[in-house]
Amino acid sequence: MSALTSLTLKAALDGLTAKAFSSVEITQAHVEAVEAARALNAFVLETPEKAIEMAKASDARRASGSAGPLDGAPLGIKDLFCTKGVRSTAGSKIIGDFKPTYESTVTANLWRDGAVMLGKLNMDEFAMGSSNETSAWGPVVNPWRTRGGNAQLTPGGSSGGSASAVAAELCLGATATDTGGSIRQPAAFTGTVGVKPTYGRCSRWGVVAFASSLDQAGPMARSVEDAAILLTSMAGHDPKDSTSLDVETPDFASFVGKSVKGLRIGVPKEYRVDDMPAEIDALWEQGIAWLKDAGCEIVEVSLPHTKYALPAYYIVAPAEASSNLARYDGMRYGLRSEGANLTDTYEKSRAAGFGAEVRRRIMIGTYVLSAGYYDAYYLKALKVRRRIADDFDRAFETVDALLTPTAPSAAFSLGDRSDDPVAMYLNDIFTVTVNLAGLPGMSVPAGLDATGLPLGLQLIGRALDEGTLFSLGGALEKAADFRAKPQKWW
Amino acid sequence: MAIDAATVRKVAKLARIAQPEETLEGLARELSGIMSWIEQLNEVDTDGVEPMTSAVHMPAPMRDDVVTEGGDPDLVLSNAPKRAGNFFVVPKVVE
Repeated sequence: MSALTSLTLKAALDGLTAKAFSSVEITQAHVEAVEAARALNAFVLETPEKAIEMAKASDARRASGSAGPLDGAPLGIKDLFCTKGVRSTAGSKIIGDFKPTYESTVTANLWRDGAVMLGKLNMDEFAMGSSNETSAWGPVVNPWRTRGGNAQLTPGGSSGGSASAVAAELCLGATATDTGGSIRQPAAFTGTVGVKPTYGRCSRWGVVAFASSLDQAGPMARSVEDAAILLTSMAGHDPKDSTSLDVETPDFASFVGKSVKGLRIGVPKEYRVDDMPAEIDALWEQGIAWLKDAGCEIVEVSLPHTKYALPAYYIVAPAEASSNLARYDGMRYGLRSEGANLTDTYEKSRAAGFGAEVRRRIMIGTYVLSAGYYDAYYLKALKVRRRIADDFDRAFETVDALLTPTAPSAAFSLGDRSDDPVAMYLNDIFTVTVNLAGLPGMSVPAGLDATGLPLGLQLIGRALDEGTLFSLGGALEKAADFRAKPQKWW
Repeated sequence: MAIDAATVRKVAKLARIAQPEETLEGLARELSGIMSWIEQLNEVDTDGVEPMTSAVHMPAPMRDDVVTEGGDPDLVLSNAPKRAGNFFVVPKVVE
């Protein structure tokens, strides 16, 4: 049944509509692929019975002529999304047995449109990480290997399970979330498409919070069109999230394939960082040439505060995290480690339940918010954040979108950077600015490096202008004609 | 700014995370490394800049102050580490 797992989401939906195969058939093929790929550690929970049950219900809907836009398509769900009655751990021991009694709005939207859930996908603990190594359930392994090599590579993070599962054809698409690059960097590392929508486009309700002013859900898929189809279902106004935007959700897929002739594309000079690998620079030049060939006008722009985005992020995100994660106190849900008194119980529970990186970030956040440091660090970072957002506003006065590399390297070996937090943080150097400014961004696979690993290009758009990104992403995808797939070893 | 072991002890207390005494020095070095990298923010002129507190340009929406969901203690308590009847059981709070 490998043919069914190799389909794009679009082709699968067309096949289901044409009754070439049933949802039970394509779901069963994916269930078997998931079971055969446990070496990747992409799923932290497989839900095959639920998947088949949902597939049967989908086939019944289709027979009665009431199929939705995603009807019968098996998907993977990042474990940050609460799924009713299905364990949702956020990659952490502290809620390692948590079974939500409610469904996140984004996943509820997918089920409303007929999608089928294959299971929950591994991730960095509370989405804090760039290599999936902070997961309490062990790292995800990238299905890609260097040509002739057998070292285990990271799929990136924090949505490493989503990236690995999509790249290895274990699901037709997956949900993911992006706080500083957690959709786009793993997409680049696995040759997949990842979209971080405008802040407020997808509801955060029922998504375990990391840094609430930066967190945004989005899709990962094997084509630009597939990502557009998924986002159209995921997005929409939700009164349960007070930052959810009350705007129409366009049919994003209708933008894919549209001409990009005459669009002005900005190339930010500050993204030419000093130690950028030559291959990444060359790929960027290639991307510029592709868009020129498609009729775009290329303009150099300046985003002068780019280098301050990461340090600002490492104040804002930990500050918000230290506040959000204060809820894990072992009283109403989650792990409790009994101590001598109430405070002791809090302290023991949190020490036992949180991993090292999460503890480190809570400590940084608590420090920068503590009396005497608030103005010097937190307030300063919020002002720098404004400067970064202003840079983009100015750039978008003259251009329609920006083109940059997604990540400063290809996938690296598991264990390579886990000793140096700052080196790990630098993975997000090209992606984090977008979160700070609340803008949409997309990573499109664009080529392979000399060792045979995928590399991605990033498109950044104006707020709520995902449509233009999907048109440009489609143009890049067509020009790059990226067809490489990981050699199956698992 | 260098963070010393005493500061780490204080911050760990504020964060309610038990931090064994022998780990304080190492963690202080780690956090100092991260904070000194963050210090570069001081190069940015932010005089007169409004802090950016939200990523969306919209006023906070208002809603009617009414109960929308609730009245199901079993759902609320279903993930409780300890429960007795319709109550959470917690360590003694008042001596």
